[in-house]
Amino acid sequence: MRTAFIQALNELADRDERVCLVVGDLGYSVIEEFATRHPDQFVNAGVSEQNMIGLAVGMALTGKIVFTYSIGNFATLRCIEQIRNDVCYHRANVKVVAVGGGLAYGNLGVTHHASEDVAIMRALPNMTVVSPGDPVEAGLATRAAVAQDGPFYLRLGKAGEPVVHQAEPAFVLGRAITVRDGSDVALIASGGMLATADRVARRLSDQGLAVRLLSMHTIKPLDRDAVACAAAETRYVFTLEEHSVEGGLGGAVAEVMAELEPGHATLKRIGLRPEFNKTVGDQNYLKAMHGLDEDSVLKTIQQVITRSYGRVG
Amino acid sequence: MTDNRHVSDDDLRALARRLRSHSLRMISAARTSHIGSCLSVADILAVLYGSELRIDPKRPQWPDRDRLIMSKGHAAAILYASMAEAGFIPVEDLGGYARNGGQLYGHATHWGVPGVEMSSGSLGHGLPVGTGMALTGKRSGAGWRVFVVMSDGECDEGSNWEAILFAGHHRLDNLNVVLDYNKIQSLDFVEKTLRLEPLADKFRAFGWAVREVDGHDVHVLREAFDALPLETGKPNAIIAHTIKGKGVSWMEGKVLWHYRPPSPDELVTALAEVEAS
Repeated sequence: MRTAFIQALNELADRDERVCLVVGDLGYSVIEEFATRHPDQFVNAGVSEQNMIGLAVGMALTGKIVFTYSIGNFATLRCIEQIRNDVCYHRANVKVVAVGGGLAYGNLGVTHHASEDVAIMRALPNMTVVSPGDPVEAGLATRAAVAQDGPFYLRLGKAGEPVVHQAEPAFVLGRAITVRDGSDVALIASGGMLATADRVARRLSDQGLAVRLLSMHTIKPLDRDAVACAAAETRYVFTLEEHSVEGGLGGAVAEVMAELEPGHATLKRIGLRPEFNKTVGDQNYLKAMHGLDEDSVLKTIQQVITRSYGRVG
Repeated sequence: MTDNRHVSDDDLRALARRLRSHSLRMISAARTSHIGSCLSVADILAVLYGSELRIDPKRPQWPDRDRLIMSKGHAAAILYASMAEAGFIPVEDLGGYARNGGQLYGHATHWGVPGVEMSSGSLGHGLPVGTGMALTGKRSGAGWRVFVVMSDGECDEGSNWEAILFAGHHRLDNLNVVLDYNKIQSLDFVEKTLRLEPLADKFRAFGWAVREVDGHDVHVLREAFDALPLETGKPNAIIAHTIKGKGVSWMEGKVLWHYRPPSPDELVTALAEVEAS
């Protein structure tokens, strides 16, 4: 996703000199080409995230389209008040980009685990929150960020995520992409969990279930219609995200479903337990500990369906 | 654009008196805090808005304007008064300060208030934003300048020092900090809270040019602003030594008047003193 992002940004900056990149002294082996190709559109703010956001706002208020770039929590939590007051309140044309969303930097430690960022960014007025599901969506989201004026949060994984969309999908902010359609079970995924959800969906359909898979790349504003339809037209809705189950995609979907008329599908949020990891592990290891590997997700879904049938029967 | 070439020092002194009077009335009526912070910065804002800034109240978004960020957003009353005196908003609107249903919040707010470049109120936000503006200006070769009016207590915020380091490194000589050094912060004197001295040396060590001035002498302030940039290739810090509560003898130098609004009776005597000065 990181690679797709920077490629798209390079192309955007070629065409539009207002497009700038401000990094917080991070992005080794990622940002060099941008810095060389666009020296007057690039700034390294140094290790100073509050100033990074302030700079970006000042640049945006004087006509620039500014992307800030750092690792998950540094890009967001370290400078959250600058993002709230200076970016969002002023509707500044700043695109906050975080790499390493979720557990991408697993064995680097809890400081590098971005597990609450979506919940926090989603709470901010005027903010658009996007967590692309694969490299194709990451490139499309980057272009959409430039096309839409105003505050934007782009949550990326790192590099090497599998491509889910074999053809370029129609990408509209705030509109879920239907990857496959079905009326038994709906899987609503964001970020890198889209690939896992895609594999799980295939396995569930091999078992005879009709599975709907939605890529919910935009978490704010949420595609409420897509959620309401899934709740009305299927029997089980599962959200999948590499983020705390509190306040992220699962929280957003739960908010919508809680206000629907009775009689809709059952919801189960699949994501990170809201706790600090105590065991060292890389991304895949830690995801498995949280039940986010393909087999665990499948098992969780089957358990919910079985338990529900048992209760009903 | 406003033509200020013929504004005299006496005109600026009169403007400063009006700004003080407006602030006293606004804060007393709304029963809000920070009258001391307004009175200390009155002469600075009078000189900036009265003669120094290249601005056009008819075109608040004029691209070539100088930008002033009031980073000490708690002194919002006198910022709004400056907007009114400069012609950005009607003077009558000042009566709506901090009132229900109005636009003029108790901390500086851009929303619905033409001329206010940036909302502030949480300290340490203005200088990083001003630095970003100055970077755009520098890179595009624009002639406009950025002024960031800061408080001394605000220097406790680390975000400022991030921006000070950045601006020095990038030689942003179109960036101007005006520091209202009134020596009193929220709970106590600066010297007893977190010592800033030697403050000028701190800025110089970060690559800034510094001039220390009497922040209540409009002529000296004018000379300092006219001398900008103080040194080519260095951001500028005008450290303005001021007195908290300046202009009302019984408010001067008192921590009390960071928070306390003047009562109706106190307002009468305060206004009389300001208008007689």
